[in-house]
Amino acid sequence: MEKKFVPRITSFLCTWCSYTGADLAGTGRMQYPTAIIPIKVMCSSRVDPVFILKAYLKGSDGVFLGGCHPGDCHYEVGNYHTRRRFAIVKKVFELLGLESERLRLSWISASEGPKFARVANEFTEKIIEMGENEAKKKIFL
Amino acid sequence: MSRIDVQKASSKGLKELIAYLLESGRVSAVFSLRKDSKTGSYDLGLITEEAGMETAEPLAPVMIANAGQVLSSFAPPAEPIAVVLKPCELRAFIERAKREQGSLENILTISMTCGGVLTRDRVVSGFDSDKVGDYENHCFAGDIHPETRDTCKACEYFVPMNADITVSMAGQEDAGTRCHIYLNTDLAREMAKGFGPDPAEEDFDSSITEGLASKRAAEKERLYGAVMSGKGGLDAVIDTFGKCLGCHGCSRVCPICYCMICDFESRNFDNDMPYFEKELEQKGALRLPPDTMFFHIGRMIHMSFSCVGCGQCSDVCPADIPVASVFKKVGEQTAAIFEYVPGRDIEESIPVMVFKEEEFTEFID
Repeated sequence: MEKKFVPRITSFLCTWCSYTGADLAGTGRMQYPTAIIPIKVMCSSRVDPVFILKAYLKGSDGVFLGGCHPGDCHYEVGNYHTRRRFAIVKKVFELLGLESERLRLSWISASEGPKFARVANEFTEKIIEMGENEAKKKIFL
Repeated sequence: MSRIDVQKASSKGLKELIAYLLESGRVSAVFSLRKDSKTGSYDLGLITEEAGMETAEPLAPVMIANAGQVLSSFAPPAEPIAVVLKPCELRAFIERAKREQGSLENILTISMTCGGVLTRDRVVSGFDSDKVGDYENHCFAGDIHPETRDTCKACEYFVPMNADITVSMAGQEDAGTRCHIYLNTDLAREMAKGFGPDPAEEDFDSSITEGLASKRAAEKERLYGAVMSGKGGLDAVIDTFGKCLGCHGCSRVCPICYCMICDFESRNFDNDMPYFEKELEQKGALRLPPDTMFFHIGRMIHMSFSCVGCGQCSDVCPADIPVASVFKKVGEQTAAIFEYVPGRDIEESIPVMVFKEEEFTEFID
């Protein structure tokens, strides 16, 4: 029997919104894939863009970034900075011909447990469709 | 804008102006390229005595270090100084000033319409003045000299954006016998008062640079097509940067990479034994030194939107990686999403320091 591909999606979740949202999905017994590997950060802007790159080059099949909705940031403007940096990462990936679709940024608030489950399912399905990250097999790191 | 014509070769005319500024005490020092008469090699120097002006070669087509980067280590000076920078060096200095690594206070900026600089090979292996003559012929005729840097050949910002004084060289046919000096600001007019013939009220004639601009645009198209075999992709990226020795020379000479403690040189991303074991287990081989790809793409993400395309990184690369070409190509696009042009305006904040409430919604899912 062929082994089913379970992707690994490195997920940086802000502690105030998206992580709490993920928690809510859990306590509400909503199903979402085990592919999501959460890493709690104080703010989505704590994620230096090179963390995303590192995760990608080390073979994460997807990288997910979750932050508060604009205007809701616990540190007032952190997520606006995240958005700009993420735009740069996406652009650089596109220009180098890397798979920028493997990167995703979503705003998920603390009360949006269902949204977290939906996004996690959606993104995982998309990554499964795309297949494994080819960086996993390259000897160049 | 006013113009002074000196009946001398461009470099001589500019040297006279600088010597005048120094002699009249309007500036206390001059920062310029110099040529050692014994060895014939070039360096950057701060000249305070008129006698020292003999060694100055302000318009030489070489870039030892990006002068904008060097200047930021001692700017702002206590008293006014005159600095001669190539257009990209001036933009680099402004980018640094935005990062609080220097200031334009007390600085009179002199620049030129630039024909590019010669590659390291040309400069290091027996530089003779014939080459400068050959270079000048190309430059004054508005042609691209074949031995200039790749990024110079493809540079479209060769007319300085915000210099106090501009010397017209590129496309200026009579620049070999006449020095056309444009005084762009009040400061420049004040400083140059009493020098040479009376200035004429005249704007810079941009039509003389149009020919070169279109040649450069075509060259840029060609260069961008050649970089990473055009389309890119993981394999193309590996082909391009796979030769990297990990010396980090490109970031040391980069005027934008100003961080005293670079993340990539810190221990933050060190790999320990378990990592290597895991890699070997998964892939059956290991590439050493590690993380070279990570370094280049990471640097691109960190600073490419401020890249001025000076080409210093390619010039120092011991593995002959076209670092500058890739960075210029990528940087142009990352800057474009913020409608940003590095070094255009000192009042313009660097893109990662500011934001708008409504923007980039297309990047959010």
